Amino acid sequence: MRFSGILIIIFSVFFSCKKTTVNPPEAMLPMPPPANTGTSLQLNINNVANGKSLILGAAGSYTTANSDTFYVNLLKYYISNVSLTNSAGQTFTVPESYFLIDQSDSTSGFTTIQNIPADDYSSISFMVGVDAARNTSGAQTGALDPLYGMFWGWNTGYIMAKMEGYSRRSAAGNKTLFFHIGGYTGKFTGVRTVTLNLPINVHIQEQHLPKISIAADLAKWFSGTHALPFSSVYNVTSLSQKSQDIADNYANMFTVTAVVN
Amino acid sequence: MKKAFCILFLAIAATSCSVDPEIKPIVAADGIKEIIPEGWPQPFYRFTDNPITTDKFILGRALFYEPLFSLDNTTSCSSCHQQFAAFSQNGHQFSHGINGLLGKRNAPALQNLTWNTSLMHDGGVNNMEVFPPAPMTNPVEMGETLDHVVQKITASYKYKDLFRRAYGDDTVTTQRMFKAIAQFMGTMYSYNSKYDKVKQGSESFTASEQNGYSVFVQKCVSCHKEPLFTDYQFRNNGLAVNTNLNDSGRAHITQNPADLYKFKTPSLRNIEVSGPYMHDGRYMTLNNCLDHYTSSVVSGPTLDPLLNAGISLDAQEKSDIIAFLKTLTDHQFLSDKRYSESNQ
Repeated sequence: MRFSGILIIIFSVFFSCKKTTVNPPEAMLPMPPPANTGTSLQLNINNVANGKSLILGAAGSYTTANSDTFYVNLLKYYISNVSLTNSAGQTFTVPESYFLIDQSDSTSGFTTIQNIPADDYSSISFMVGVDAARNTSGAQTGALDPLYGMFWGWNTGYIMAKMEGYSRRSAAGNKTLFFHIGGYTGKFTGVRTVTLNLPINVHIQEQHLPKISIAADLAKWFSGTHALPFSSVYNVTSLSQKSQDIADNYANMFTVTAVVN
Repeated sequence: MKKAFCILFLAIAATSCSVDPEIKPIVAADGIKEIIPEGWPQPFYRFTDNPITTDKFILGRALFYEPLFSLDNTTSCSSCHQQFAAFSQNGHQFSHGINGLLGKRNAPALQNLTWNTSLMHDGGVNNMEVFPPAPMTNPVEMGETLDHVVQKITASYKYKDLFRRAYGDDTVTTQRMFKAIAQFMGTMYSYNSKYDKVKQGSESFTASEQNGYSVFVQKCVSCHKEPLFTDYQFRNNGLAVNTNLNDSGRAHITQNPADLYKFKTPSLRNIEVSGPYMHDGRYMTLNNCLDHYTSSVVSGPTLDPLLNAGISLDAQEKSDIIAFLKTLTDHQFLSDKRYSESNQ
């Protein structure tokens, strides 16, 4: 009797806290990603500058077509709305394709796109930046989460591409370079659509993971359509003709370096 | 001995739960839902993709009153948006953020926000859900990073419960926070002023209020359009440019010189309690504001054509307009406990 009384007390001690347990139920734990058995494509985007592999910080020195030598502390940009076109001109657009390429994250340039209709595709298109709809439809998540520092609060919308660095040719007092290129509508926008013809068709089929490798040359931000020496263009962090010019230039920074079927 | 043993167990049983911080009981937010008062236009922001629930509203309310949003944990949304002042900041020309830093615009009243086609005096925010990043990351307001705020809210015991109730689990994301805040901000409805009751026929204006309303309809309503008392357009209302601030207004967003010194027409609902007035809070009283329109409108290339000759009002008309404007005060809204911090 005495023993069972103590047992009851022990039980009540034990269960009295059960209600406040905070662990989520099993059903809320994230599901493992599905095995890649479908029709998929690996898209690799590799940042370079003037043909050289891009290294952040003082170890990497690069030169623009304007003979400006520069260093890079940060490089991030959005790739979105990826589509593939077959030789008959039919286009498949990858749904919900938003990728943030971040040079400080070595995995961010490697993306596997799943559920592409089996076919031979001769070109790939994508936007640099984020489409207008996602700039105006409220709080987003995933790659579009504003906490990645690619969102303007004061003039809401995504920073499509951001580069920060250093050049002795910069006219800024402390020789810094700041390029935050935004805008999704109106006179100045940072969104550009890029279409790249593939040197050979990419063959999407079951049980294979073909690969498209693309080089993105940062040095091309400052030359090509518009010559932009750092003596006059060094701090572009709002909408202007300069941000427009940089976006015109970066639309041409991509080159397909390999298609592996 | 046996008795002491049992008392010991009882003591353990009684205290075994108190290691967890106590969660204060939450007052229900009864009747919170999307409202479109009769005769009002369709709102710009709809809750279609952000369905209102009581628990999300309560989470949004907690976040609105949450100082963890600021770098030094001193400043919440409510620091500059006080309910009794229709969620403006009473008596402050400019609000102070962290470290006593001052901005250069007056904190506007918050009410009926879902009808706003853009937010901020310059319309820089295109959707209510993405309003919070602006004050959170502004160095003179909250001075934080979104990433760090997510970490702080994640670490806060209080929010584990609030997020679980609102979203089913306690994962904190910016999207979850911002959608919840949008539910709180977006359901701050003010539509129970004397003016509304007169329109519904249950109350009547005094002679002075009625005369003020008549003058208002002749001379003010083209910009301060009923029933929201704003047209949401950007206009230069002829304020002399403050050369210390050099605030270019709407042009800061559009980069268009034709938008220089234009600011969004503010609603006049609850105007009695939401001074100081104008985008830079330069006027302390409603009299000052009317005096501006009669006497100090400054000409310039972007001045609104409706104000080319200012507005002519005699002393009686001014005092009647002010009597009318005071009928736009919604005491029910200003003291509605569902919007109050005391409910946290």
